Amino acid sequence: MVKSVLAFGQNGVSDWLWQRISAVILALYFSFIFVYIVLHPGLDYAMWQALFHHTAMRIFTLLALLGLVIHSWIGIWTVITDYIKCFCLRLFLQIVIVLALVVYLFWGIQILWGV
Amino acid sequence: MSQAMSEIKFSIYRYNPSIDAKPYMQDLSLSIEQGTDLMVLGALKKLKELDETLTFRHSCGEGVCGSDAVNVNGKNRLCCITSVSELTQPIVLRPLPSLPVIRDLVVDMTQFYQQYEKVEPYLQNDTPAPAIERLQSPEDRAKLDGLYECILCACCTTACPSYWWNPDKFVGPAALLQASRFISDSRDTAKSKRLTDLEDAYSLYRCRSIMNCADVCPKGLNPTQAIAHIRTEMIKEGV
Repeated sequence: MVKSVLAFGQNGVSDWLWQRISAVILALYFSFIFVYIVLHPGLDYAMWQALFHHTAMRIFTLLALLGLVIHSWIGIWTVITDYIKCFCLRLFLQIVIVLALVVYLFWGIQILWGV
Repeated sequence: MSQAMSEIKFSIYRYNPSIDAKPYMQDLSLSIEQGTDLMVLGALKKLKELDETLTFRHSCGEGVCGSDAVNVNGKNRLCCITSVSELTQPIVLRPLPSLPVIRDLVVDMTQFYQQYEKVEPYLQNDTPAPAIERLQSPEDRAKLDGLYECILCACCTTACPSYWWNPDKFVGPAALLQASRFISDSRDTAKSKRLTDLEDAYSLYRCRSIMNCADVCPKGLNPTQAIAHIRTEMIKEGV
């Protein structure tokens, strides 16, 4: 079988594993954010900025950003290859989505280190 | 004294490509003695006595050969082991989903068998053959339970949405159950090649664990679990 050129990984095994790894990272990250918001009822900008000023938080957020990119790349690629049979539309959507995800990643990093 | 009769209503998919422009559903009914029951296959045979053009496959009539798999009230089942009394009426009979229809309830299974061939469903061993036979411990033999019993009726594969979307690339639950059967066999030495053959994004990984396969299997097998076992073996081999 011809390799799926616009898929995230080398093969189905690596895509499957990365999708699960990224899911765990995202679950941990959003659980942490949720708990943080619940524990800080009077949350203001200064506290929020202080939180994202920590190197550990920046690394955690970067991991979550990477996780989001990987998770959506694999997931959306699968949905597109299941449901969109027209070659031109499939190619166009795959390229647009992959480029958008890469842009979001770099934009996210810029925002994160700009805090 | 005449016996009281009860009526069973059917709605059956009919299509004869040499006569019909398109398929249609035909309403039929059958009278049976009140208090008696019969299998859907028995009912189909009686209906065929009334209309000999009604076409369906069947062979052993006891759930062993897998010839008479049909979609009954929306679920793939074997007609010969499904009793009429357990079904709500009208009993809707359609051919197995997603496979090309040859006529009425008879489908073309070619693609299903081609996918089955892909997993090389036979024992491969490159070591010299022993004088008598390749022995297997009872423990190793037990690993094949729940895998070898498949009768290739195609109930599972034709109930799988991943197979509906990619029938040419995704090998389907029935073939993957067989792949798992040979990957698990202590006498088979082609395990690594078998795993490599399935590692692309489609052959096995289109399985999204929907579990329609396990839900419909008339032999009570669990292809989803077999697929999960192959994945685990792949990750063990690849990490």
